[in-house]
Amino acid sequence: MTQFLSLLLNGISLGAMYALIALGFVIIFKASEVVSFTHGSLLLLGAYSIARLSEPLGFLLAAVVGIAITALAAFVIERVIINRLRGAAVISLAIVTIGVDIILLTELIRRIGSDILNVPHPWAGGSVRVGDVGISENRLIAIAVAAVLIGLFFAAFKYSNWGIAMRASAEDGETAALMGIKQGRVSALAWVVAGVLAAVAALFLVGSPTPGVSPSTYAVALRAFPAAILGGLDSTGGALVGGLLIGIAEAMAAGYQDQLLFLGRGFSAVVPFIVMIAVLMFRPSGLFGTKELTRV
Amino acid sequence: MSESTLTEAPGAHPSGVGRPAPAGRRRSWLRPLLLVLGLVVMLALPLYVEEFWLRTGFAAAGAIVGAIGLNLLVGTSGQLSLAHAFFLAVGAVSYVYVSGEPGGLGVAELGGLGLPPIIGMIVGVLLAGLAGLLFSPLAARLRGIYLGVASLALVFIGVHVLNSWTEVTGGFNGRSAPEFSLFGFTFGNRDPELYVLEVPFREAERLWYLGLVLALAAYLFARNILRSRPGRALQTLRDSEVAASVMGVNVQGYKARIFLVSSMYAGLAGVMYALSIGSIAPESFGLELSILYLAMIVLGGLGSVNGAVLGAIFVSALPLVFQRYADLIPFVGGGGLAAGEAARFLFGAAIVLVILFEPAGLAGIANRIAGRFRRPGGRVTEHPPDTPTRTSEPSPSDPPAQGSTT
Repeated sequence: MTQFLSLLLNGISLGAMYALIALGFVIIFKASEVVSFTHGSLLLLGAYSIARLSEPLGFLLAAVVGIAITALAAFVIERVIINRLRGAAVISLAIVTIGVDIILLTELIRRIGSDILNVPHPWAGGSVRVGDVGISENRLIAIAVAAVLIGLFFAAFKYSNWGIAMRASAEDGETAALMGIKQGRVSALAWVVAGVLAAVAALFLVGSPTPGVSPSTYAVALRAFPAAILGGLDSTGGALVGGLLIGIAEAMAAGYQDQLLFLGRGFSAVVPFIVMIAVLMFRPSGLFGTKELTRV
Repeated sequence: MSESTLTEAPGAHPSGVGRPAPAGRRRSWLRPLLLVLGLVVMLALPLYVEEFWLRTGFAAAGAIVGAIGLNLLVGTSGQLSLAHAFFLAVGAVSYVYVSGEPGGLGVAELGGLGLPPIIGMIVGVLLAGLAGLLFSPLAARLRGIYLGVASLALVFIGVHVLNSWTEVTGGFNGRSAPEFSLFGFTFGNRDPELYVLEVPFREAERLWYLGLVLALAAYLFARNILRSRPGRALQTLRDSEVAASVMGVNVQGYKARIFLVSSMYAGLAGVMYALSIGSIAPESFGLELSILYLAMIVLGGLGSVNGAVLGAIFVSALPLVFQRYADLIPFVGGGGLAAGEAARFLFGAAIVLVILFEPAGLAGIANRIAGRFRRPGGRVTEHPPDTPTRTSEPSPSDPPAQGSTT
């Protein structure tokens, strides 16, 4: 039971990170109809810049600058490439982000090389015990930060001008444009927000118990894909639920891997994808996604 | 249909060429001649070219087969799939298991059926097709981008299975692929020793011909599909599922069948990959491979078979050429970029540029150059710069080879 609770807590923490990344996917998709395959390298960019800058700048400043760099990168990608392709087919947009991802990822991996970069979190590798249930401090803080950010995000999405503009243009881009909502600005801002969310997730993902920044940080974003998809690509609430679901499933599979050994070592990394396939079998647009209607 | 835009162009009275004959009639002898000439050059190449180029050629042939298959799925039918690496892996593993000998490799106890390689190849293709068929009920339910991400799952599951199922796949370290042979003639270095015009025909030379035959077969098959009823049905399906089903196209059925065909192509490409590398390992069948295949068809031009061929040659040969001539190319090798990195930068940039500026890809560029040759006066713009999935009909770049003789 204690093991179960501790796994659950870790799963929630991991899921909160996935939810942050998945929220990024979802708002980009809502604002610009793009499924961003660049997210993996954006995540890695965030982690890399925070780790590299934390020596000269100190942790806090490095984190802020690193997040800003990632947001800037997302902004540039949107302005230079995505914005020119407004209205193109979803598939070509997805492919173009794959192209960007290849470039960015190659450069980052080249820079990282064989170094193991560490982010010197002030909370280091400490852990907290609540009764018998233990969790690393990093993961606990991650939950708190993610909760705050997600709360802020939903509030902004509901009440701020940007949120309203964004929901309007997701609902019906043309009408929104006629109402004076600048599509380009909405989309650019969505990319910036997604960049910030990814960088924040990266900040915690490279902390204890994971060992530092490495090219495998990239794979985390790929596992957040299932989170966004199974929640429904156009549902922000779905991203949250999907993220938590995926995080808990993965943590459980990792925790009980001795019992699951017949499925092979490292099975937990595949679990998000299996969950996604299982959900899509029954609900092709995810749990909360709007069903595509066809009008003849 | 777009064929007509090429032939009956208004400004087709080239002053320089001085022959106002319709382009169609001229092509009727020019094109087969070029084809025959090209074929002769291809057949004679092993007599003159060194081994490196022949090996690269075989790798490219494998890539061509795979790219044509993926293009049928993504380009022609508009089903984004990132699972191509998985189907390649199914083909490669089946071949290695069916034709490989059982035996121990270090700690791992490897199984193998030891059947003739041609059977291994056929089983590889069939099993890959079966895998595609099993996935297709899910694929047929999902639209566009959902399918793209769902297919991502297959790649990761595939790599996991490759790593875990040691008995069949050799596990983390992989296992070596048996040499190909056909009715006692091995495609290896010996058995029988073979000299043609005093040039020793060893593994590379023999595989070159194998690759040539398989790639050609794959090419013709795909073109015939595209030019027949299923091809038109698939293009209609890509442009609008509703319109397709109104016209009497069985949408689900066609989606399932094109998935089957495409994954069989991938299976063959996987077998050829195993033969070209000489071994298989889990890491070769990761997401990166899927993305490379996607790069091939995007660079070549979505929906065009010729484009897939061009893209496959470009993407598969470039890293090898970079590696070999690293010291001759600026910025590559020594203090600069590693060959693989340089190639990846180039692919990434090329994908972005192609989607931004030339959605019809290499095939579109080739077509335009060909068009300029035909009519020095006018620029040809059969491809309005619209969304690539729509503009890239296969027909403009695939004019019939013999069809116009009738």
